[in-house]
Amino acid sequence: MTELLIKKIYNWVDERYQVTDLTGFFTKKTVPVHKHFVWYYLGGITLFLFIVQVATGILLLFYYKPTAAEAYESVKFITTKVEFGWLVRSVHSWSANLMVFSAFVHLFSTFFLKAYRPPRELTWVTGSGLLFIVMGLGFTGYLLPWNELSFFATKVGTQMAGAVPVAGEYLRTILRGGDEISDATITRFFALHVMVLPIAAVSLLGLHLIMVQFQGMSEPLSSAKDPVKKTMKFFPNFLLRDLVVWLLILAGLMVLSIMFPWELGKKADPFAPTPFGIKPEWYFLWMFQTLKYIPAKIFMFDGEVLGILGFGAAGVGLVLLPFIDIWARREKRNPVFSILGVFTIIYMLFMTYLAYFGPQK
Amino acid sequence: MEQTKITRREFLNYVLGGGILALLGSAGYPIVRYITPPKGVETQASSVVAAKVGELAPDAGKIFKFGDKPGILINSPTGELVAFNAVCTHLNCTVQYDSRAKSILCACHNGRFDLNGKVISGPPPRPLEKYDVNIRGEDVVVSKTA
Repeated sequence: MTELLIKKIYNWVDERYQVTDLTGFFTKKTVPVHKHFVWYYLGGITLFLFIVQVATGILLLFYYKPTAAEAYESVKFITTKVEFGWLVRSVHSWSANLMVFSAFVHLFSTFFLKAYRPPRELTWVTGSGLLFIVMGLGFTGYLLPWNELSFFATKVGTQMAGAVPVAGEYLRTILRGGDEISDATITRFFALHVMVLPIAAVSLLGLHLIMVQFQGMSEPLSSAKDPVKKTMKFFPNFLLRDLVVWLLILAGLMVLSIMFPWELGKKADPFAPTPFGIKPEWYFLWMFQTLKYIPAKIFMFDGEVLGILGFGAAGVGLVLLPFIDIWARREKRNPVFSILGVFTIIYMLFMTYLAYFGPQK
Repeated sequence: MEQTKITRREFLNYVLGGGILALLGSAGYPIVRYITPPKGVETQASSVVAAKVGELAPDAGKIFKFGDKPGILINSPTGELVAFNAVCTHLNCTVQYDSRAKSILCACHNGRFDLNGKVISGPPPRPLEKYDVNIRGEDVVVSKTA
């Protein structure tokens, strides 16, 4: 009887909006099956974690107050007085970190599988944009609890933005809403975090997903030339497997949120000395640590400026990768890019390790 | 007697459907509890100092804070101090003293109360809650009627 009802509703909608073309597309879509199939789940995992962020973020909006005077107290109220508030906040913080991690794994998996080769160049470009937005969401969200760690980490982070040549000081003033981190900073970071960046993310994500759906999943070079191709139907087979993975991720997220609840920390005091060992969040640490090792002056240039310009150049290189890797464009392997990718991962991990466990100068 | 057999697929569909409902419930319950605002800390005192003696001229009124709600203190034309819960019983607007009409007016829908809190005209369904007024030294103390 339920099936009959569903069919009736479907026919009613289809008569008016011709949805059969769309549903027909999904029922025909297939996903390639090969030894690297497991990496196809990473995009969906990142998407799921983004959905969790939006949902828990909306809930936090019910009680959060974005002013320097009330932000910390409102987070304290959420975690101590609101029923399940501690859980919503903990899930939001953990999911943010897992989403950044998942986005990086998705980036590197598509990099090594050369999914950026034609005709999927723009999928890579939109994906790179999404990675920067996700890191921006992490950076802006980190300040909002207004605790000691977040205040000073933002001070350092925005100071780094100020090191960009020519536009740096202006950029720093725009980010901070003035010369120093203040009430003005938290309100604009709040606007960026809940409105500007989410809108940008959803727009890019929409494009990214449309492209993936339209062009299908990229096959790795190793299996693209196989004469016999194994495939799986997207609906319902791959989709249901995707949902199972999402359930497992949700379970893991709940375990982390409950067993390791996110700390409130100490309320920020702008006039207190910076505590020892202030660090940005883990996904910025490799950049932070790199800047520590660059000498203060290289020839006549500030070391920090060169470092930040270097990161900028790497970011541009990342976005333009599909147009730089001319071998992939010809469906050929080239070990140079793979070695570069492996080196990048090792470098990032090593720098992150040093930031936590190396000598703290 | 005929037995209705359930197929394996139907059974699995019921299990899946039940699982999805359970998942929605286990996510939905904390969300509903979360968005229900926690009860505010009730004011310990059931009385407040609403004004100083002599502060209010005869035939004048003042709104004061009573816990988390507004109260109204009126010095009547005959010099008697009366106090009420200032929340109109119609749709919760805050009332005011109308010295021209010697009555308490709710500006939202023109509800009127007399100086005993009783409804004179307009849509309010119930009288205003009356408070006790006592003078303690310099203070005009308003408290909930026992």
